[in-house]
Amino acid sequence: MSYVQRLEPHEFTLGGGKKLLLGQIDIELTERCNNNCVHCCINLPEHDPDALKREMSTDVVKKILTDAANLACMTVRFTGGEPLLRPDLAELYLFARRLGMMVVLFTNGRLITRELAELLAKYPPGRVVEISVYGMSAESYDRVAGHAGAFVEFRRGIELLLEYKIPFIVKAPKLQFLNDEHEQFEAWAATIPAMDNIPGYSINFDLRSRRDNLAKNTHIITLRATPEKTVALLSRNPGYLSDMGQFCAKFMRPAGDRLFSCGAGHGTCIDAYGQAQVCLPLRHKHYSVDLQEVSLKRTLEEMFPAMCEMKVTNPDYLRRCAVCFLHGLCEQCPAKSWAEYGTLDTPVEYLCEVAHAQARFLGLLNEHERAWEVGDAKERVAAFVAQHWPDGQTAEG
Amino acid sequence: MELTLEQIIVPSEDIVARLIEDDLIIVPLVAGIGDADDELYTLNETGKAIWSLLDGEKTLGSIAEELSREFNAAPGEIEQDLLGLAGELLLRNIVVAR
Repeated sequence: MSYVQRLEPHEFTLGGGKKLLLGQIDIELTERCNNNCVHCCINLPEHDPDALKREMSTDVVKKILTDAANLACMTVRFTGGEPLLRPDLAELYLFARRLGMMVVLFTNGRLITRELAELLAKYPPGRVVEISVYGMSAESYDRVAGHAGAFVEFRRGIELLLEYKIPFIVKAPKLQFLNDEHEQFEAWAATIPAMDNIPGYSINFDLRSRRDNLAKNTHIITLRATPEKTVALLSRNPGYLSDMGQFCAKFMRPAGDRLFSCGAGHGTCIDAYGQAQVCLPLRHKHYSVDLQEVSLKRTLEEMFPAMCEMKVTNPDYLRRCAVCFLHGLCEQCPAKSWAEYGTLDTPVEYLCEVAHAQARFLGLLNEHERAWEVGDAKERVAAFVAQHWPDGQTAEG
Repeated sequence: MELTLEQIIVPSEDIVARLIEDDLIIVPLVAGIGDADDELYTLNETGKAIWSLLDGEKTLGSIAEELSREFNAAPGEIEQDLLGLAGELLLRNIVVAR
């Protein structure tokens, strides 16, 4: 008889599978970054005085972590900007770990020091560190990052993680001018012990989530993969069709008229200034709560559920997205709409085109069909699922 | 290490024990507690009852007596459970013996 049961994090359920109020919390420790990446939707300059003045203090972050732990939260994700810019990062990391939380760290790796690597080795985060990679040479990396010498610092950080055997994975933006390096990147990624799959890529770059730099938005749009290239990239994974069969069985159905038809509001993301947001990229004052004024518990139990009951009012959305069966494939959401148009429910044309291109590739749509006009969508999805995921069942529509 | 009923065991400083809903979750804080750094542990009902009495003062024997009274069970049976759990926790470095 064993009295102690070992739990893998992915099989971690509590109270007979009862859903926790807060399984994971995302905390954006800063919007500042030591990179100035060409495609970034959030970064502010490293020494931005206004951001420095407004950012949460160490004590405020600790209070949020404590409140989250008291709500049974098991995992915190520290992100940014570049979270390692904060001088109290090690202190906050250890504080979270001592609360019994596991820590996901999103970083570009440039500021990983031997001291930090020693800390991560002694007190493992319990989750892999996630490193964004912007090129395989100094020339390409520094060009993307907008900072001379960034590549050398990134490589030093990687070497420290390897030396101290800190599990980490790498991911990258899919930028056209890095195409020549992707093979090299993936070959290198395959040598990283914790990488058990090809690296994840960001493809359909988001616009500035604070709508603070329209000139940069114009440039980001030029960096986005075309819908056809997006499909080509997604479909090169050998398990793509069976994965999509399973995905379609679960998620392909119309969004309906609720504004938040995604997972927003189930959990929270805290921005660098202590605002609890229903999702990290949605920087809209009506959908965030100041944690200096309202407790985290009340935010999650009362404020967010009320926000997530909001209905769409845009007639174009109601005519198209609300009844479109590609909802699962399409990244349309209030955050994307906000970044693109400054409204919450305007269909984002680029995302619509990407979803349609993917559906055409999968055989769910014919050329020139519009998904919201298709009458036999359920039958098409069922046939696709039966072909590519025979064990699955079509989700009820 | 063979444990006896005269010994005291206490939760290691290298773990964090969290009571979440009705589950006792043991989160390793330092490397080397489990086989991998992302492992968590939970205790069964017997384990939870014993864990709650690890106050750093009671010997395993006195804990056995207390549980025997509380659950109206034979001391020998409780002692077997107690030494079984304590041994397993000690093996995994979740507790330390004094």
